[in-house]
Amino acid sequence: MDPLLLSRLQFAITTVYHFFFVPLTLGLSILVAVMETLYVRSGNEDYKRMTQFWGKLFLINFAMGVVTGIVQEFQFGMNWSEYSRFVGDVFGAPLAIEALLAFFLESTFLGVWFFGWDKLPKTLHAATIWLVAIGSNLSAFFILVANSFMQQPVGYVLRNGRAEMADFFALLTNPHVWVQFPHVFFSGLTTAGFFVLGISAYHLLKKTGGDLIRRSFLIALIWVLISSPLSGLTGHAQGVYKLQVQPMKMAAAEALWETESPASFSLLSIADENAQRNIVDIRLPGMLSWLYFFKAEGTVPGIKNLQAECVKEYGPGSYVPAVTLTYWAFRLMAGIAFVMVGMALFGLFLFVTKRLERFRWFLYLLIPTIFLPHITNSGGWLVTELGRQPWIVYGFMKTEQGVSPTLTGSTVLISLVLFTLVYGGLMLVDLYLLTKFAKSDPRAEASAAY
Amino acid sequence: MDLNTLWFILIGMLFTGFFLLEGFDYGVGILLPFLGKEDEDRRVILNSIGPFWDGNEVWMIAAGGAMFAAFPHWYATMFSGFYLALVLMLLALILRGVAFEFRSKDQHPGWRNFWDAMIFFGSLVPALLWGIALANLIQGVPIDARKNFVGGFFTLLTPYTLLFGVYMLVLVMLHGAIFLCLKTESTMADQARAAARRLWLPAVALLIAALAASYQVTDAYKASIIPLIGSIALLGSGWNIKDKRDGWAFCMTAITIVTTVATVFLALFPRVMVSTLNPAWSLTIYNASSTSYTLTIMTIVALIFVPIILLYQGWTYWVFRKRVTRQAM
Repeated sequence: MDPLLLSRLQFAITTVYHFFFVPLTLGLSILVAVMETLYVRSGNEDYKRMTQFWGKLFLINFAMGVVTGIVQEFQFGMNWSEYSRFVGDVFGAPLAIEALLAFFLESTFLGVWFFGWDKLPKTLHAATIWLVAIGSNLSAFFILVANSFMQQPVGYVLRNGRAEMADFFALLTNPHVWVQFPHVFFSGLTTAGFFVLGISAYHLLKKTGGDLIRRSFLIALIWVLISSPLSGLTGHAQGVYKLQVQPMKMAAAEALWETESPASFSLLSIADENAQRNIVDIRLPGMLSWLYFFKAEGTVPGIKNLQAECVKEYGPGSYVPAVTLTYWAFRLMAGIAFVMVGMALFGLFLFVTKRLERFRWFLYLLIPTIFLPHITNSGGWLVTELGRQPWIVYGFMKTEQGVSPTLTGSTVLISLVLFTLVYGGLMLVDLYLLTKFAKSDPRAEASAAY
Repeated sequence: MDLNTLWFILIGMLFTGFFLLEGFDYGVGILLPFLGKEDEDRRVILNSIGPFWDGNEVWMIAAGGAMFAAFPHWYATMFSGFYLALVLMLLALILRGVAFEFRSKDQHPGWRNFWDAMIFFGSLVPALLWGIALANLIQGVPIDARKNFVGGFFTLLTPYTLLFGVYMLVLVMLHGAIFLCLKTESTMADQARAAARRLWLPAVALLIAALAASYQVTDAYKASIIPLIGSIALLGSGWNIKDKRDGWAFCMTAITIVTTVATVFLALFPRVMVSTLNPAWSLTIYNASSTSYTLTIMTIVALIFVPIILLYQGWTYWVFRKRVTRQAM
């Protein structure tokens, strides 16, 4: 077995798995903080119960995010030691800063928040969950600073046989991170919004939870009305930007083999990657140019032309990512994003016209909708990471050059199997617990101890 | 002092913070099945470390991140070289971390016993493995001219590294037992004190053995009188345990942990990993480091944020200073 392939598979599995939990943490930390702030300002005990009910679910999810995050920090060194050596001078700093600035903050204050209900004044207690929310989102920012360096390397020089940092502020102001972070941020909010909306819908159907649930539903509805369109818009902004800096990724996402002007948008394409053409290709003429340039003209380069350009610039080799995977990951993400915005708008319509209770099927539909943001989140990362291949750092280091030379296939196979088994088991436990507590009485007294 | 030395010291401090703080919660986790016969007792034990363990664990994450940023070759060589050991440790930490959150979420005794077992193994395995890892840094491992570790999993397990690992394990158990004396009352505190008294002699014996072996196979002499201070502190902790001065006893084991990590780092300096194949192939704070530019940026960040972290983590210990009792839960 090839240690490179297995290491890639392990990184993909552990990262996608980690990112099941992260967006919910990012968004729900803020949502719970808002709820507790409402409690502090109004003194209404309902909001305290609300905070504690959603807080319980937040904590279960948070634990999964934290423990799977440790693996992320370690496996750059474990499986990608050549990568770590080559770019460590640049890439290590944001990771270390993440730990010092953000991870200490969220982990320390989460403990204070959970155990501190009777030990701190109300305002101070609410401040601790805000610090958790700030810590989590700051943590995401620094991770994305690191990832953005892989997508669009800036602030470095190639010297002494490695990439050395030349300008730290260029890393922080990398335009890539400033289109990427807002998208991740709003996607986190959207994930949390639909989570609260779906579970509230369950309780509305069961007529449990009373006012607390009606308020939660309304907060979450307003929440997704704002966050889901913003998530889509920031995502689109990222696509427009990517066309400039990583045209190959966008061409793969559209299964666009030939350069087109004006360019067509794919409705359904089934690619034959070996023959470099589409077997099935249903496209909207000119639509892609509209999306990228907001007018009926504009050139979008195709995969074949980009491949030829890359060969000229970087030497012989294939620079084409896995087109089918990238294409479907992108379709899934963008398609479901539209569904979510539609659900939010329809929910608003039903709420304003006071028809929510009568359209029970919509409430039923909101329950499985909880999982939709998770699919779009994974799809987004698959586009980002698969679409960058064969590069590990775009333009100067290939993934195959980054793998640890000391690893054998069997060693990585052992870890891959172990991680997959443990992660799989934990997913079942996590779903069991989330379901159990999501269904529990929202007005029940919460314990502030293990 | 140059920045390379400063970062060597800072990473040593992060590891010290990790062993000092996470040390007691590992110890408490290992003692859980022995001191908690009933569920209520186990809850008391777990809640004594409840508000702290997650923040404590970040010291390790920060140490790893700092290694990556300041000494990328150290991070790359050690993490790829100790691959399977780290996989084991990660799995242990994963199961331990969720166990704290999950165990109380269901009443079923089988459920609780399972997660308690995860807390036990999840505390024991990392405590042992980190001890073994530190010992391997100073004993030396086969590192070739290209800075790659060329041994296997069993290369890491020598009589010396195992002895050192067991020493660290028993030391954090003692440290954890004393922490429990401080954080609990009546019967539980008495039981924890009895455990501490039983653990003390093995800890002293292991310290002496580990120290003697360190002088044989490593450059521990470079630590001069530091190990002596740690040894005296460990002896002093026994006397304080006997006289029920738990606070003093805790300070004493804390000193022993600090001096142990300090000894390892002083024996290493200026190397960060010793090569057994050729002394010239050892990784040092110079040939494994980042540029002075990166170290400068990291220094500014660390000088601002480490004091803030110390302040707010210190504050949490003050907020949760009360002893944990069955009634208070």
